[in-house]
Amino acid sequence: MKKSDYTILIADDDPDYLFQTHYYLEKAGYKTVTVESQAEAESVISRFRPDLAIFDLMMESDDSGFILCYKLKKKYPDVPVILATAVSHETGLSFSLDSENEKSWIRADRYLEKGIRPEQLDQEVMKLLKL
Amino acid sequence: MAILKVLVIDDEPGIRSGVSRILNNFHVTYPFMDEDYTFEVIEAATGEDGIIILDRDKPDILLLDNKLPGIQGVEVLEYVRKKNYDIVVAMITSYASLDVAVRATRDGATDFIPKPFTPQELKASIENITKQQYLKRITHKLNQDGKKIRYQFLSVLSHELKAPLNAIEGYLRMMQEKQAGDRIEDYADPIDRSLQRIQGMRNLIMDLLDFTKIRLERKEEKIQEVDLAEIASNAIVTVQPYAIQMEVNINLDVRSDAVIMADPSDMEIVLNNLISNAVKYNKTGGKAEITIDCSDSEVIIIVSDTGIGINKTDSENLFAEFVRIKNEKTRNISGSGLGLSIVKKVIELYNGTINVESTPDVGTTFTIRLPKKPLTIT
Repeated sequence: MKKSDYTILIADDDPDYLFQTHYYLEKAGYKTVTVESQAEAESVISRFRPDLAIFDLMMESDDSGFILCYKLKKKYPDVPVILATAVSHETGLSFSLDSENEKSWIRADRYLEKGIRPEQLDQEVMKLLKL
Repeated sequence: MAILKVLVIDDEPGIRSGVSRILNNFHVTYPFMDEDYTFEVIEAATGEDGIIILDRDKPDILLLDNKLPGIQGVEVLEYVRKKNYDIVVAMITSYASLDVAVRATRDGATDFIPKPFTPQELKASIENITKQQYLKRITHKLNQDGKKIRYQFLSVLSHELKAPLNAIEGYLRMMQEKQAGDRIEDYADPIDRSLQRIQGMRNLIMDLLDFTKIRLERKEEKIQEVDLAEIASNAIVTVQPYAIQMEVNINLDVRSDAVIMADPSDMEIVLNNLISNAVKYNKTGGKAEITIDCSDSEVIIIVSDTGIGINKTDSENLFAEFVRIKNEKTRNISGSGLGLSIVKKVIELYNGTINVESTPDVGTTFTIRLPKKPLTIT
């Protein structure tokens, strides 16, 4: 399978982050579907199975990303999920998904700090898609 | 599939078997839960037996009758509290006197199930309790790990400040690497978006400065006679260019002299924010109406618009810090999410009140009441 066979769902309420992520992933060769809210993401998930999803943590509510992870994994347990947020360590909102305990309630495969370089994102996506 | 243990303590065998029968085939789902919950019912006829089972089986839910032959339900409840068991208790009783209810709630009962109950009533209560228990455990887990998600001012602030920086950085890198072409024209949109994000950040910083300012101690010498009509006119002049673009017509109606004792810059914060919101969240061709009136003791300012409005759930949070109502209608409107929280804080400093009434797609009205002579400015 090549990159263009994979469709990535990106949900983020920051239009610029959404645009940039979509831009680089398309440039890297993937297909993307972009949505700007948790509600839209849920409606997409209900109709269609992405090959990978990237969710922003804070959208309509402060835990939109968590809820989307749960819902996506419930419907498609095999679809990898990346949770992305700009909120970092010093704010108390930090989790690494390193421990089993955290993995058990954050149903995401990767957690990424926003502002990561496009090549790095591509690497992460390739790893999760086993490319 | 997860199983919750339900202990039912009741001296009536009919109630116990009824609970077993009803909950046997019952299961609860919840969007958050990744598995369904089913129930295993354990029965006890007396409080004494119940306590043995509590210690031995550590049930998750306790359905407790108060009128028992030996020790009473409330005593079992006290026992549960003393032992600090992680259990949700619901009282089942036909003698739910106020006294028992108050005592039981104080001692940690979360729900009441009136006796006799229908299968539907029992299921509804159990569903509620299950969700509560689930959320309680999740929160507890987060607390324990020191990973409680505290949506504090600082964390949101850091989010709000970092997001535009990330966006601008992303666009600059795009240009640095000539991702979209060699000519400057290829980057018209990224440049435009970067400038917009910078403007948004500037607004946020201005609001933050206001926010810090009102948190500082008041200086008594700044308190003077302030004519609110004058401040309102100035605020209108400031927002007018934007109103013209939006084709929003602003009208000021001063019904009586509105002079209060205040720091003029505080009143500017209030009126600038409310009037600019009335324009910002309006519709093309809409109206913004400012009415200033007063009684013997207070000044009443009403700012209403014919804009997009706010639904009831959203309006409850409207004055909290960093609340921006996010929907299709507001996505192209920039704001820091601090304006109204600042307004409310200022008004409270002057012992005043602010209320909002709104109908989605019809408009919003803010009503402010300020005492003319605040006794103390706290």
